[in-house]
Amino acid sequence: MLRQLKTRWWKALAVVLLLYTFTAGMLIDVPARFVLHETIRNLFFHVPVWFTMILLLLVSLIYSTLYLRHGKLAYDIVAEQLAKVAVVFGVLGFLTGALWGNYTWGDTFSWLFADTKILGAFIGLLIYVAYFILRGSVPDEEKRARISSVYSIFAYILLIVFIFVIPRLTDSLHPGNGGNPAFSTYDLDNTMRLVFYPAVFAYFLTGCWIASQLIRLRILHYRKHNINI
Amino acid sequence: MKAFYKALFSIIAITLVSPVAALAQEASGQPEMATGMRSNGLIFVVVGVIVIILGGLFLFLIRIDRKLNKMEREIDNKS
Repeated sequence: MLRQLKTRWWKALAVVLLLYTFTAGMLIDVPARFVLHETIRNLFFHVPVWFTMILLLLVSLIYSTLYLRHGKLAYDIVAEQLAKVAVVFGVLGFLTGALWGNYTWGDTFSWLFADTKILGAFIGLLIYVAYFILRGSVPDEEKRARISSVYSIFAYILLIVFIFVIPRLTDSLHPGNGGNPAFSTYDLDNTMRLVFYPAVFAYFLTGCWIASQLIRLRILHYRKHNINI
Repeated sequence: MKAFYKALFSIIAITLVSPVAALAQEASGQPEMATGMRSNGLIFVVVGVIVIILGGLFLFLIRIDRKLNKMEREIDNKS
């Protein structure tokens, strides 16, 4: 596993795909729509941030269950650092969403509570903040790893419920929620998908790259104190 | 490592140039879009800025990677 953290090919792929996202995302023809105008391009930049958060947390959850199965501290380190990067992506998602919503939905101050999906994402993020608080409050390494691994399973399920289930049951401005048509209705000839899916992959790989550095730093910290992972 | 940087720079150059060739603008809908701005070519200034920022961030990440490599080697040699 450590060897994969050092390989270069997937980092190069992240570079290529991210450059493609940001150049093609700015330059390709997009559907002309009222209200959205050019901000429809934010589909390439704002939405993948959230997708990446969900994906990184999913991988984190997988490593948490791997820890519970095998009891190796390295798995717990991977799970923690992935969650850390995911929360950063979540915060970026809030900031970009606030800016976008300000100009298209016209909601300046009450944006957090105006939309079920935003509130759901906020609660989901708070659940993961609690994950780090929980980790910080248990000094024993094995106990911390086991408790937080179990917690992260509950946290992920709650996150999915808050972001994907509840907004569909109630009212939301986000496409595909609360009776709104999904985004495919804005993108009738599917050209936007050509940038959107690579964008998700590019963001995800970049997130993994940053996480890999945090993981290596953490392992170095342990090895400095003669604890072999 | 030098070959890696060379490859990285050629990738940046290719991605910067290729969308220019692919750009064929058609103003069809009623909603106002930034077609005029793009036909003036000014959007490429923005894209250039984005590419420079991304390049800087990537070089930063690569440098951190190399520093980590060095630290890991040092600890390997010690133990």
